Amino acid sequence: MLEIRNLHVRVDGHEILKGLDLSVHAGEVHSIMGPNGSGKSTLAQVIAGRDLYEVTGGQIVYQGRDLLELAPEERAGAGVFLAFQYPVEIPGVSTSYFLKSALNAVRRQRGESETDAVEFLELVKDKIQALGMDERLLSRALNEGFSGGEKKRNEILQMAVLEPRLAVLDETDSGLDIDALRIVADGVNRLRSADRAFVVVTHYQRLLNYIVPDVVHVLVDGRIVRSGGRELALELEERGYGWLEQEAGATAVGA
Amino acid sequence: MSVALEQDNRFLAAFDDWRMSGGVRPPAWLADVREAAVARFAELGFPTLRDEDWRFTDVEPIARGRFVHAPPSAEVTLDDLRPYLWSGESACHLVFVNGRYVAALSNADGLPPGVIAGSLADALQAPARGDHWIQDHLARYADYERHAFAALSTAFITDGALLYVPRGCALDRPVHLLYVTAANGEPLATHPRNLLIAEQGSRLSVTETYATLGGGVHFTNPVTELVAGPGAVVDHGRLEREGPDALHVGTLQIHQRRDSDVRSHCLTFGGALVRHDLNVVLAGEGAHCLLNGLYVVGGRQHVDNHLRVEHAAPHGTSRENFKGILGERSRAVFTGRIVVRAGAQKTDGKQSNRNLLLSDGAKVNTRPQLEIFADDVKCTHGATVGQLDREALFYLRSRGLTAAEARSLLVHAFARESLEQVGIEPLRRQLHALLAERLAAAHALEAPP
Ligand SMILES: Nc1ncnc2c1ncn2[C@@H]1O[C@H](COP(=O)(O)OP(=O)(O)OP(=O)(O)O)[C@@H](O)[C@H]1O
Ligand SMILES: [Mg+2]
Repeated sequence: MLEIRNLHVRVDGHEILKGLDLSVHAGEVHSIMGPNGSGKSTLAQVIAGRDLYEVTGGQIVYQGRDLLELAPEERAGAGVFLAFQYPVEIPGVSTSYFLKSALNAVRRQRGESETDAVEFLELVKDKIQALGMDERLLSRALNEGFSGGEKKRNEILQMAVLEPRLAVLDETDSGLDIDALRIVADGVNRLRSADRAFVVVTHYQRLLNYIVPDVVHVLVDGRIVRSGGRELALELEERGYGWLEQEAGATAVGA
Repeated sequence: MSVALEQDNRFLAAFDDWRMSGGVRPPAWLADVREAAVARFAELGFPTLRDEDWRFTDVEPIARGRFVHAPPSAEVTLDDLRPYLWSGESACHLVFVNGRYVAALSNADGLPPGVIAGSLADALQAPARGDHWIQDHLARYADYERHAFAALSTAFITDGALLYVPRGCALDRPVHLLYVTAANGEPLATHPRNLLIAEQGSRLSVTETYATLGGGVHFTNPVTELVAGPGAVVDHGRLEREGPDALHVGTLQIHQRRDSDVRSHCLTFGGALVRHDLNVVLAGEGAHCLLNGLYVVGGRQHVDNHLRVEHAAPHGTSRENFKGILGERSRAVFTGRIVVRAGAQKTDGKQSNRNLLLSDGAKVNTRPQLEIFADDVKCTHGATVGQLDREALFYLRSRGLTAAEARSLLVHAFARESLEQVGIEPLRRQLHALLAERLAAAHALEAPP
């Protein structure tokens, strides 16, 4: 479903991703872990199409298409979704109006009919309840003044409404209390299916108790330096990243 | 210098022609006022860029234009006005074509007893009604000694809206005053003159709309004097949607007595060169005033909002919130001056001007000014000039909205606060539609480079 080869990305003249490879198949959940500043969010944003980042080499193939050729909204239409590490506050736009606009925008792109107000409300109410969210958030300005946890749940709500094929969750677990973590994980697990894939960026193995990954990758200094099964996450929890950073440094020097 | 004189003289000559051309003679007191005003205009001349109050707005195109005093035109039908009138309910509307009231196009039936809504010219000519109170108010507030355009307007006082709400009367129906200039191939000048009076404890909702039929260059110089008696509550709107070649210099002079509450909304969509002088005097204690503004301009439009709020009595509150959305190579000027007179203690004045630039070619000059001569006051001001938030644009696009949709959504969000402050319901609805229409025009939302 997603094939990233030798991806090089710069921002403001600094190379952040330095030849990253990643291969995700439909039905899989991949977790990406790694130290602060290693490039996890950069990868996530590049997949979603943020133009701040300059791709200087490599390619991203998504469902057989060159993802880098597509505008962000076309990627959304094609089923790519990013849950932002820092969801943006947008004063003056109500959450429900935004959700409805987004849903209709992707439906149009997918050649489906737009929702009417009644259908939309039913759909959202179900999902909002499942996520244990306060319905009143819908009438508030998008993310404005939302607590950290509310923002993260709101990202998952958007995912649930838009039903993407490839969802990248960038530290959706940070800032969540234990109950919220479980609720959010349930939200993700409900969407898991043979034709969907998830890339879950996290610092904590705790989340992976709830969203059980098929593969765990470690991103250090712009490259995936190790991939493994669940047990890799446990090992990282115990040993930290130092040993992998040293290894990566050694190979970089050796190279 | 001689050029400037010649230009001023052109308007003075127009004044002579117009006075000689006959028509109905004004009452003697008004003839005197007009003579005084024309003499004053001859002294003042048109302002230039050297004038502090006109530093960023060049009225050359008006001064050098060969404007013709607009003749009343009878060619206009209700269908022509449809896009500007408020649809639906039995809105009370008074229509002015080329500065003259047209009864056949107006509807002021069924107003409460004692309310006067009609033509200033008619009232001046009917001695029974053209009595003292008009004389007591007309040209008493808009200062033609100091302001050239007020002087010009006063020299040409002929017609406009006369609105009078007696003591304690609540005029619930919003009144819509529609001023159209109907092009006839010549550059026309009109000087609509409005006198709006809400007596003690009354309520009034009134909106002025300025529009162009047929296009072409023309000059509109409206002056509105609005008097809010003690405890009166007034909602006022002024909507500029004239054609792309219109030159418009408008004055709104608001005089507030004790405990009155005036909310005035100044909205600019049309016109090539637009200047609004909004002057408020809080003459009585405890008066409250809101000046809410929104300008949405593109092309090479130039809009200048010049506000002066004078707190002349204690316990007054004033709010000035002006927002601008500028595309292409448009230009906006904002000057907001709050003057607090000695003795106007406990004044609470807040002013803000926020601008959204949609293109690199657009430009804003914003100048807040406070002049405070009392010691126990609370005054704040703030101004911002910014662009659409790129993070927000990306966030929206990542959810499937096209770049244009995302931009439109954010621009609407920016304008929302201004629109929601407009308590005049049919006006607010019209504004939402106008904004949507403006933003739907592809050029209005061009992407930044
Ligand atoms: N606009 C920018 N200008 C310069 N450097 C940037 C910019 N954006 C990101 N970076 C740098 O790129 C590097 C990678 O950032 P990124 O956000 O991808 O890290 P991350 O792995 O997500 O970290 P975290 O775990 O803290 O979220 C960091 O060193 C960051 O400072
Ligand atoms: Mg990050």
